[in-house]
Amino acid sequence: MDFVITLAIIVIKIAVVFGAVLFHVAYATYFERKIIGRMQARYGPMEVGPHGLLQPFADMIKLFFKEDIAPASADRPLFYIAPAIVVISAMTALSVLPFFDRFVIADIDIGLLFLLVITSLSVYGIVIAGWASNSKYSFLGGLRSAAQLISYEIAMGLSLVGVMLMAGSLNLSDIVRAQHQHPLGMFAFPQFLGFFVFVVAAFAETNRAPFDLPEAESELVAGYFTEYSGFRFAFFFLGEYVAMLTMSAVAALCFLGGWTIPMFMTNAMPFLSYVPGIIWFLVKVYAFMFFYYWIRATLPRYRYDQLMAIGWKVLMPLAFVNVLITAFAKRWL
Amino acid sequence: MLPKLFFGYFAAMITILSLLVVTRKNLVHGIMWMLLLFVHIGGLYLFLNAEFVAAIQIIVYAGAILVLFLFVVLLLNVKEEFKGRRFISSWQGRGFAAAALLLGIMLALQYAVIAPQGKYSIEYIQSETHTKVLGTVLFNEYVFPFMILALVLFVPMIAAVVLAVKRRKA
Repeated sequence: MDFVITLAIIVIKIAVVFGAVLFHVAYATYFERKIIGRMQARYGPMEVGPHGLLQPFADMIKLFFKEDIAPASADRPLFYIAPAIVVISAMTALSVLPFFDRFVIADIDIGLLFLLVITSLSVYGIVIAGWASNSKYSFLGGLRSAAQLISYEIAMGLSLVGVMLMAGSLNLSDIVRAQHQHPLGMFAFPQFLGFFVFVVAAFAETNRAPFDLPEAESELVAGYFTEYSGFRFAFFFLGEYVAMLTMSAVAALCFLGGWTIPMFMTNAMPFLSYVPGIIWFLVKVYAFMFFYYWIRATLPRYRYDQLMAIGWKVLMPLAFVNVLITAFAKRWL
Repeated sequence: MLPKLFFGYFAAMITILSLLVVTRKNLVHGIMWMLLLFVHIGGLYLFLNAEFVAAIQIIVYAGAILVLFLFVVLLLNVKEEFKGRRFISSWQGRGFAAAALLLGIMLALQYAVIAPQGKYSIEYIQSETHTKVLGTVLFNEYVFPFMILALVLFVPMIAAVVLAVKRRKA
């Protein structure tokens, strides 16, 4: 009986997280169009519902009723599997994220490593999509993406090593608790180098501007998903936005204190401690998502050689320096 | 019963997937089966309570090395199977080699001894977390082999850089 109850709790948690994330993805696209529209002095979507609030649903209905086309010379099995790999790997990452105190689907000891495992597997969906479409634009997009993802994965992993050292754990809940104990309350302050490297690598890992070369529309039509239509295209879209939300959540958990706020803030303003943890978590995630859009509206796309140079010659040495400084500080300070 | 079923599943899948990897004509398909194979090997490590090794197995092998394999296959555009003269064409010879290898493994297994358990029981590892235990052992008891391994891996990297760097014309 105990087993059934545990299972039911897990299933309910999964359903809640799944629903919440789908809702967030739908409105992340809406706010992206709205915010970028505002930054470019126009309105963005305005037609469907008040202020275009129902636009995500209109888009969803359109995508699901579109014809599902596969190119005649495509490699059928892999062409069909690729979008599934993208969505499954993006969704699996959600299972280890603690959204607030003690609310996490799988509270595993190697939570942070598990996230790196998942990001390293998501490359396959993109490369296989590019290859299986049998089109030169898709193929080039897939190749670019593979090179970009494995380059920036190293920098991202190394930037998180500083956090692991400071928290002394790989469990995401323990990392958040360690930040709460820390006098500064957030690892973003002592780990500012690591945070910088993480943010840049997170943009590159999710193929977002200014690192969106795999889908550079002026050169490659739409990159690796050029040949996809209908709900398979929607799967890539969903995978990308879930990955963005996951990256924002990881930034919030590892660097910005997750569901907690620094102690000195609750000491100065005691009423803040009555605000539920999920609110703080969501505020941090939304701020990071806004940052994604802000950067997209501000910076032009990098050239391919610049991208590689930033990854290998700037971010990786910086991350190494950060690891060394953190290790020495932890040992002797 | 359940652990045996688990192990049986992973062992059978690893064998089947390895066969699939080496028999595919299309190299990209072979690599995708190999990805599944690596995930199953990772599962076997998890089954041994070695979650850190399982994660590293997938990050390093599936996430880095296999992507580079895929990269090479895609860049070389090897659509057709490589057709060359086989070194050994008779099936008897191949059969004999396989049988000899099997015999060798069987003989080696006769001499296998179960390693002393030491203080690392499952309970101890679970209370200390696997990552911490592994790090403590690796960087205290086995730090010298670890350093030598690092050097061994560093030398080919220098070699690769020397090969890849274009010489400037004087």
